[in-house]
Amino acid sequence: MSNQYQERSTVIKIIFLTIGVIFVVRLAFLQIFDGTYRTLADQQALRNITQYPARGLIYDRNGDLLVYNEAVYDLMVIPRMVKNLDTALFCKTVGITREEFLAKMEKARKYSSYSASIFMKQISKEEYGSWQNRLYRFHGFYVQQRTLRVYDKPIAAHVLGYVGEVDDRDIENDHYYRQGDYIGKSGLEKSYESVLRGIKGKKIMHVDVHNREIGSYRNGMCDTMPVEGGNIYTTIDATLQEYAEKLMANKRGCIVAIEPSTGEVLALVSAPCYDPNLLVGRVRGENYLKLLGDISKPLFNRALQAQYPPGSIFKVAQAMTALNLGVINPGTGFPCDKSLVGCHNHPSARSVREAIKMSCNPYFYYTYRRIIQQGKYKNIYKDAQYGLTVWHDYMQRFGFGTRLPIDLPNVKSGNIPDTAYYNRWYGKEKWAFSTIYSNSIGQGEVEVVPLQMANLACIVANRGYYYTPHLVRYYGPDSTRNAEFYERHDTGIKPEYFEIAANGMYDVVHAPGGTAHRANITDIDVCGKTGTAQNIGVDHSVFISFAPKDNPRIAVAVYVENAGAGGTWAAPIASLVIEKYIRGEVTRTDFERNYRETNPCQKLPLKRVPKKKKK
Amino acid sequence: MENKIDWVSVFLYAAILIFGWFNIYAACYDESHAAVLDFSTKHGKQLIWISISLIIALVLTLTEPRIISSAAYIIYAFVIVLLIVTLFVAGVTKGGQSWIDFGSFKFQPSEFAKFATALALAKYMSTIDLDFRLLRTKLIAGVIVVVPAVLILLQHDTGSALVFAGFLLPLFREGLSPTILILGLLAVLLFVLALLINKFVIIGSLVAIALFYLFVWLSKRTRKHYIWVAGIVLACSLFTVSVDFVFENVLEPHQRDRIYVLLGKTEDTHGTGYNVYQSKIAIGSGGLTGKGFLKGTITKADFVPEQETDFIFCTVGEEWGFFGALATIVLYLLLLLRIVRLAERQYSTFARFYGYSVASILFIHFLINIGMVIGLVPVIGIPLPFFSYGGSSLMAFTILLFIFLRQDQDHAKAL
Repeated sequence: MSNQYQERSTVIKIIFLTIGVIFVVRLAFLQIFDGTYRTLADQQALRNITQYPARGLIYDRNGDLLVYNEAVYDLMVIPRMVKNLDTALFCKTVGITREEFLAKMEKARKYSSYSASIFMKQISKEEYGSWQNRLYRFHGFYVQQRTLRVYDKPIAAHVLGYVGEVDDRDIENDHYYRQGDYIGKSGLEKSYESVLRGIKGKKIMHVDVHNREIGSYRNGMCDTMPVEGGNIYTTIDATLQEYAEKLMANKRGCIVAIEPSTGEVLALVSAPCYDPNLLVGRVRGENYLKLLGDISKPLFNRALQAQYPPGSIFKVAQAMTALNLGVINPGTGFPCDKSLVGCHNHPSARSVREAIKMSCNPYFYYTYRRIIQQGKYKNIYKDAQYGLTVWHDYMQRFGFGTRLPIDLPNVKSGNIPDTAYYNRWYGKEKWAFSTIYSNSIGQGEVEVVPLQMANLACIVANRGYYYTPHLVRYYGPDSTRNAEFYERHDTGIKPEYFEIAANGMYDVVHAPGGTAHRANITDIDVCGKTGTAQNIGVDHSVFISFAPKDNPRIAVAVYVENAGAGGTWAAPIASLVIEKYIRGEVTRTDFERNYRETNPCQKLPLKRVPKKKKK
Repeated sequence: MENKIDWVSVFLYAAILIFGWFNIYAACYDESHAAVLDFSTKHGKQLIWISISLIIALVLTLTEPRIISSAAYIIYAFVIVLLIVTLFVAGVTKGGQSWIDFGSFKFQPSEFAKFATALALAKYMSTIDLDFRLLRTKLIAGVIVVVPAVLILLQHDTGSALVFAGFLLPLFREGLSPTILILGLLAVLLFVLALLINKFVIIGSLVAIALFYLFVWLSKRTRKHYIWVAGIVLACSLFTVSVDFVFENVLEPHQRDRIYVLLGKTEDTHGTGYNVYQSKIAIGSGGLTGKGFLKGTITKADFVPEQETDFIFCTVGEEWGFFGALATIVLYLLLLLRIVRLAERQYSTFARFYGYSVASILFIHFLINIGMVIGLVPVIGIPLPFFSYGGSSLMAFTILLFIFLRQDQDHAKAL
């Protein structure tokens, strides 16, 4: 019977092979067709650790550090990994209450129970140090290093801007960012974000079943080193900036100081300002809301965003335009006829220089009429259209009515009305000079941003041209410069006309009958032009200036809201800024104290709703 | 050819052994104990077991085969005694109590019960003038298998006990009716179905199939047909109904859980299902070509418990990928088919039966172990032959295989 059932050997072999085939098919599904296991494996055995680069530093024009970084720590949690946690001990160690712990855990779990989320933010070096060596006891928790911005001097908040956590839109716009990353939200931090942020690095750590790191994944082959952010060397003069901010401490308004020969912004103050350290770290959110709710709008950068009526400083540009168009000549005189437009008491101007010195309103009424009504068309409406078009073009050459492409975000263009603007308002051929003459003295529809006012001072200082005002000289490891800031923008107006303007502005400060004697500084030839911008409340005080008259080193525009005449507030403040910059110190201490400590805004009348009389 | 050991089998044995050791090395790898000859580590100890096994293999090849075949019953009796002793003195390991402690050396008699039973059964089956058709013969054969199986079951080592079901295959080869195999398969099928779907649906389906068979399929119906079909349907129905009882009262809770997890009735990746879940992740993440030797992230991070013993195959899957797993399966299949082929060329019933027993025991281990690691079979802790870490099992399997290879050297010698 030995081989009676030999054919059954085949059956047995088939059974063996069948099982083998089933196994192979199953393995093929597990290993080849189903990719989820690889993801699951990576999820539980690998931990991605982002290595954040240090954000670039920001220096002033003299190499003084304005912004640097400080290490802080984020306590991270992977909820799924948290096992057998001694909650009481944990809470005591990191210093939170049980309720806080539960709330934070719940939040983290909601985000994801498998991936890490921030449990506690921005723990200081000292705080972290106090429990660092005990952290290993708590499975599922680890610490990630971050950096925070630190400002040595609490200045230039509007220039530097602030850094904040990315929002959903930032992440959508740029996939570089992940939840919890930081991004420049305003100021230079925003406009130079790509330079400052550097490049994040990545470290993949291999963790075991107890969530202990057991080494780097593939010997670090997949890791990348972070690239540090590039430094930024600004044009700001920290000393001047600090001084200018002090001058504006109890005022509303702004100061813009520019080096005319380069367009480099030396100081840019918007008052009220705030300490940039307030918008850093864990206190940021709370402080931000407070600042946002403040009625004096400290977060609003007036220097770039406030569109003010320029007032009489605008007359300088009118004079230059008229001279260049040939509609007046340097010796043209107009009577001070107050029936046309109001004016203060002064003799009639017999030349452009005198008109600037005395800031005669009727003079510029006539001048503007000559620009608008050039007599090219018999129809006064058509003639005005032509004249306005020419004028609008000239104003743009001064940088008015366009966004000056400064390297800060959200700069406003102001408003220089053109024919389309008036057609929209009044209808085509339904307006003429008589409708728009207020523009001549910087009122009416004209709106100018303080930056543009300072730029006007630069143009006169340069006798006819300007460089786009900017805040950064060079940046990054290669000291990159922005080419557009080295492009000279010419007004196309003859320099000799600007010489007249400069002389007129010199007279404003020095000659009898000038409107800003308070801007006079011994030994420094300050040239300036006052403005008193009418508005709903008390007039705004405006002053543009540059010094010295020849080879000017600084141009300053000062705008003080609701402070009255240009000569009383803006002019002395501008002169103090000039003195501080050129002399390095201010010798007129009593004078300085007076303008620094007095608050001009107290005169601001409060409007009340008039009570209705009972019948 | 004669008096030469079968080098193909030896080669396959060695290949599995070596590949297995490399995977144990990877599974226990720890940079501070990377030295191959560090005997405080498991891979170091396994090297000792391998050496001892090779010596045993050599000794067995030098032994006169007749000595072993004539000592078959004595060895069997000795192992049975050992198993009984184990029941009383054994310490508890992993829920089972199958180990005898000799100081620092632990010994698992159940591993040796397998080849001892194979020897005894082969001896019995080769008795001259044995008529396997007699019920008495079948009963005696059954007793030889069931006694050690029950003793092992009493040690709570379900896996090793289950291995004794493997003896159905050599018995089948020697003339056991295939009905037994088919009934076994049917029982498993009904068991699984009864757990998955409503019992009334199953019984209804059975009745429908029976009616279809009787009144549509068969053209002529005799009384005998009716009785048979009715009997089968009744038996199946009773079995189905009794599944719940068996499931709830005979099986232990952890066994019930494992079966539920396998059938997907409970989603459990942390408790009972944790092992298989992690093992599937390890294998699945290996992909086509694997992560490379010592580079398995799951293996290295100790996510899979029992990785160097029962779950060693997931290291293969993770580090060597589909290709490595395929190669391992092919190695085992080649060895199994080779043994069947060698068995068929034996002139003696003893050697042939023993050969089939070897193949079947190895096969059951292969089936249950790999099946469990890849999630096709409920978790039953038995090692992968020649591959898993462990001295007892490696030595026992070596003895099992080499007794046969020694027999095979003299295969042409009739009786």
